[in-house]
Amino acid sequence: MEHYLDLFLRSVFIENLALAYFLGMCTFLGVSKSVKTALGLGAAVIAVMVVTIPLNNLILQYLLKPGALTWISTSMADVDLEYLSLISFIGTIAASVQILEMTLDKYAPALYNTLGIFLPLITVNCAILGGSLFMQQRDYNFAESCVYGLGAGFGWALAICCLAGIREKLKYSDIPMGLRGLGATFMIAGLMALAFQSFGGM
Amino acid sequence: MLRKVLDKLHPTFAPGGKLEKLYPLYEALDTFLYTPGTVTKTAAHVRDGMDLKRVMVLVVAALLPCFFMAMHNTGYQANLQIAAADSVQPIDDWRAATIQSLGRGHDPGSFLDNFVLGALYFLPVYIVTMAVGGAWEVLFAMVRGHEVNEGFLVTGALFPLTLPATIPLWQVALGISFGVVIGKEIFGGTGKNFMNPALTARAFLYFAYPGFISGFNQPKPNSGVGVWVAADGVSGATALGAMATAPVDNVAPNVADITGYGWWDCFFGYIQGSMGETSVLACLLGAVILIATGVGSWKIMAGCVAGLLGMSAALWAAAGWTDNPMMYIPPWWHLVIGGFAFGAVFMATDPVSAAMTDTGRWIYGVIIGVMTVLIRVINPAYPEGIMLAILFGNVVAPLIDYGVIQANIKRRTARYAT
Repeated sequence: MEHYLDLFLRSVFIENLALAYFLGMCTFLGVSKSVKTALGLGAAVIAVMVVTIPLNNLILQYLLKPGALTWISTSMADVDLEYLSLISFIGTIAASVQILEMTLDKYAPALYNTLGIFLPLITVNCAILGGSLFMQQRDYNFAESCVYGLGAGFGWALAICCLAGIREKLKYSDIPMGLRGLGATFMIAGLMALAFQSFGGM
Repeated sequence: MLRKVLDKLHPTFAPGGKLEKLYPLYEALDTFLYTPGTVTKTAAHVRDGMDLKRVMVLVVAALLPCFFMAMHNTGYQANLQIAAADSVQPIDDWRAATIQSLGRGHDPGSFLDNFVLGALYFLPVYIVTMAVGGAWEVLFAMVRGHEVNEGFLVTGALFPLTLPATIPLWQVALGISFGVVIGKEIFGGTGKNFMNPALTARAFLYFAYPGFISGFNQPKPNSGVGVWVAADGVSGATALGAMATAPVDNVAPNVADITGYGWWDCFFGYIQGSMGETSVLACLLGAVILIATGVGSWKIMAGCVAGLLGMSAALWAAAGWTDNPMMYIPPWWHLVIGGFAFGAVFMATDPVSAAMTDTGRWIYGVIIGVMTVLIRVINPAYPEGIMLAILFGNVVAPLIDYGVIQANIKRRTARYAT
């Protein structure tokens, strides 16, 4: 139990995808103008991560890893399909986002409308793919990858909500002309990463 | 008289005048000396003698006890070590020469000896901070056409107090440049920053030159000088640094035994550490001034203390199951060691970067208190937690405010709906 709690906290704070690895920057910087949309996007990212990382883990374990296909027949023990992992991960992500989108549209239209364009955008969010690739690199098992998916998604959502809060606060501040918009946002993200450094080394 | 001189100079600096570009400088001096005569023309306003400048000057006044302790204790710690062992010598530079020419010695019992030595270390840091940071401030004011703000007086007063005595002066200049420019000016100057500029500056130095500033039981690179004590041949450690490396055998580590300090030593500030942060008493005096004048929020300070006590009590209770020596620090020790008091009183209450709503201030304070203990105890890399905890608090503060405001809106909507 403690191991999973540790993994969760680690993925939220220490290995924060946005502020420690700077993944998913395009949406992180682009869709953080208001806390409301940031909350929606954050929720969507959490949902997608929780689905895709465990799913990719299963695919990796039972289809792609060297010797993963032994459950079909023992003669396939030396088949190594791991070079297909990148493309399969992307396929999984695209498919599950699509399914999630259709499900939400059908059963929770209110939430679907709030998220709007962000759901399909998530397909190309590198934080999501990064999450799956970290899962592969660190050899998480199924339970670990469930926890990691939740933690990584939550950490990213926390970071974008904080950024959106700060940007809302700075909305009327007198930022020098050349820095307005994206420039200042980059600076904010950098300073936030400095604050999140507090967790490094735990 | 002074008024007349200033009035006479006014046309020179006014738009169209010869020295138009330097108007911010003139304006700063004028309003610093006299309350501005300009009055709001339209609609009714609440009038108060407290403008931004008076607020900032009050904070600086509240910092005076810390200044005093910074100079006294820096000298005291150095002289204590010099008197205790022959291997420890005063650092041989211009400071030693000055002390000699003043006819002062190195007697830890002599108040004046301590004060002179401490001042010789503290004042250069302070002067460099004010000169370099002030230059940036004036430069931005001139180019961007805003006023020079007394906000910098506070930043410039806080920053040197958070540094160790032996910090190289070029690092001081670099740090305050980062703090003022990146931490504040690029967002539009005083009141627009979302992180405390003094802390941003310190955090920058902390991560850029860890050997010079954290001094986690290590001598400063290339010199054999401990960071915390201004004397040659001492490798001292702060109370927290000493605890972090304490062995946990069968006996629970006792803070007083390991650090060699009593609780009251820590309370009065006669311990090693950053120059201005050691004395809880000085910080308390400052807190009284800040709270009495309404400049600092008592809710934030109380929240910090509550969070710190709660979290450290929980960890202390659970200490028996771990081999982490930091867990054995009792809550009442957490209050007095490290920079907690200084941070909670002067840094966390910065009205610009803290949470703005009343409920938010409580939450913000508690988060800082809890995070301080967590970083101190759980994170072996950083035994001093308050700086990073406050920066983290600054980052989440707008989100806290958002939550509080939304909850309020929801509650009121529900109330009026019925």
